[in-house]
Parts: sequence; C-alpha cells; structure tokens
Amino acid sequence: MITHHLSDKLLMAYSAGTLPEAFNLAVATHIAMCDECRARLASYDALGGAVLEGIADDSATISAPSLAATLSRIKAQEPMERPYAAATTTQPAEGWTLPEPLRSYVGGDIEAVKWRSVGGGVRQALIPTSENATARLLYIPAGSAVPDHGHHGMELTLVLQGAFADEEDCFSRGDIEIADEGTEHQPVAQAGLDCICLAVTDAPLKFRGLLPRLAQPFLGI
Amino acid sequence: AVNAQNGAKWVALLEKVATHQDTDAFTELFDHFAPRVKGFLMKSGADHAVAEECAQDVMVTVWKKAAQFDPARASVATWIFTIARNRRIDMLRRDRRPEPEDLTWGPEAEPDQLDVMSLQQESELLISAIASLPEKQRVMIERAYFGDLTHSEIADETGLPLGTIKSRIRLALERLRHSLS
Ligand SMILES: [Zn+2]
Ligand SMILES: [Zn+2]
Repeated sequence: MITHHLSDKLLMAYSAGTLPEAFNLAVATHIAMCDECRARLASYDALGGAVLEGIADDSATISAPSLAATLSRIKAQEPMERPYAAATTTQPAEGWTLPEPLRSYVGGDIEAVKWRSVGGGVRQALIPTSENATARLLYIPAGSAVPDHGHHGMELTLVLQGAFADEEDCFSRGDIEIADEGTEHQPVAQAGLDCICLAVTDAPLKFRGLLPRLAQPFLGI
Repeated sequence: AVNAQNGAKWVALLEKVATHQDTDAFTELFDHFAPRVKGFLMKSGADHAVAEECAQDVMVTVWKKAAQFDPARASVATWIFTIARNRRIDMLRRDRRPEPEDLTWGPEAEPDQLDVMSLQQESELLISAIASLPEKQRVMIERAYFGDLTHSEIADETGLPLGTIKSRIRLALERLRHSLS
C-alpha cells in the first residue's frame, strides 16, 4: 500500500512537460505503480485541456491554406493507427522490480543494472538523462545507512524494493520521498530485503561528515 | 460561453474520424482546435511560422491516433493538449519525457457509456471553473502550462477544483483494472 505520493507541484509540472528528464523518469515510474497518482495526473492533464480550450479564438488564427495542407499530408500518410491491441493491456507494475519506463532506461530488469560500489556496502548505478538533473539507482543492504546529508535542491527517492526509514517516516515499495533545502536526513534500509531506490536530484547533495564530502567527486552525487 | 454539450460533440466527431476517416468531421475539429494549438505553441515561445507548422503536425497526429482516444478518461481538448505538449517537447529538444505504460481497454472491454458521459461533463465544468478563477490564479496556471514556470515556482497550494474530475478518472481506472483481471 503506497502512502507517500507525488506533490501537486510535481504532477502539474510533469503534465505541463516542464520537468528535467530525470524528474520525469521518477514521476512516470511512481505513476506506473500508483493508480491514485495516475488519476491525479489525468486531472492535471484535464487542466491543461481546459487551458488549451480557453485560448481565445482571436489570440491565434491559423492561415487559410493550413487546413488544405494538413488534409493533403493526411492523404499522403500511411494508414491510421489501430486501437491498442489487447496484448498491450498488461498490468505494468507486477512481476518486475523495475516498472516501465525505468526498465527501458536500464535496458532490462534489476539483473541488468551495472552496479558500482560506493563504500559501506552501498552500490549505485547512474542512469543517463539530460544534464539538468541526475538520476541514479541506489542499492542499500538491509540495515545499512546512506551517509547523513542535506540538499541544495530537490531530491526524489522512489523505493523499488525493500524499505527505508529516516528521522521522519518509513518508505516501502512505490513510496516516494520528496526532500528539499529544508530536509536533512539519514535514510536507513530496514531489516529484511535489501533496499533498491531510484534517487533523483537537481543539485548535488550536502554531506555532513568529512569522509563522504571527500568522496563526493567519486560518487558523482 | 461554455456549453455542456461541447465535450460530447467533439467525442462524436473524433469517433467519425476514427471509424469512417470522415474529413468533414476532421475539418470541424481542425477549425476549433488548430488555432488553439497554434496559440498554445506561440505562448510557449514558438514564432508564428514554427507554431503553424507544429499545429499542423499535431492535427495530423489527431487524425492518425483517433482510434486510440479513450473518452472515459479524457476530453478531446485534454487529449489534444497532451499531443501538443509532446510536440512542444520534441520542438525544444531539451528533456525527454518518459511515460508510464498506458492502461488500455481490450477490444471486448469497451468503456462504460456512463463513465464517458460524466467525464465529458466534468471536463466542461472544469473549463468554466478555470475561466471563472480570479485573474491572478488563472494566469499562474496558464503560465505553468505554457512552460513559463519551473516546478519550484508553481504554487504549493494550487486550490484548483480538480476533485470531482479526479474521482471520475479514478472510477474509470478501477473499472479498467477490473476488466483486465
Ligand atoms: Zn502516488
Ligand atoms: Zn536525501
């Protein structure tokens, strides 16, 4: 049962199409697992539709030959696309550790991830996205901690396996934690399954201890 | 003026395009939506010529994908908005926008007509609700959708009337999940 959801700000910006790619990836992956946010997103898309509808006729006119040009392009095109086949009606989040679209970014499920050790048993894998923000998968052995840190910008942490807790709350599969400038926390993976998260940041993290600060260039976070 | 029947009218026209490749129905949709799509792209920073070219692309996509439109989960205006938004993202070539896998009705499981009707009505109500918001709030929303605000600049408490439309969509999703299992 998912109890930590996307914020209205993030859903509106995702609907508007103005988020950095790494954030889009985290939002879309949460929605793949969460019908509540899927319905909320659709209501933000409806808001976009209302904004489009509200653009007054006189603020933009389309030139007269435009319809003819569009119709002739349509005639020159291949046939219309068919309705989605029944084969695509899968239940996406089930049976995979990594739901789509994350699975496509990794090139397979969790076995396809090329982990790199970052010390203390913690492993990570950077996921290439546009440079406006950074996405990485984190592997935290059950019972281990991520170094204590604060944030320069916004950090989204989406749990894909296991669970972690910080000073505030506990997060398990499908839950997303939204941390910002004011958040300083030390997430600890819960006992049981090792914890795997998708972590997205739009600015480097601020580590408190001396050692992690030295390691920061190597971690690339 | 918002007419509660408009939503159903656009759905019927789009269905004619999907099932009969009806160019008259398409022309009606074009006359209403193409100028709005062009306006949307211009307010998002595109110049006149680029906006017109991209509005044509959007309307070609409307034709091609007409059969994939799901009237239980979106109004035609909403669906065209998502196509226009995606065209703008391609146009700017900055940040890819991955999407969750879509949940779609199988061929035997047609959307419930009651879901379709109430969703279309809610969408029309939302249009009039946005139009009657205080100027400042309406402008903030428009700027967010025109790509003029970053996510951190969007207000925390948007206070938007999205509750009932969300429950309609939620209900349609539940019926869909049920029909899939
Ligand atoms: Zn959610
Ligand atoms: Zn953090």
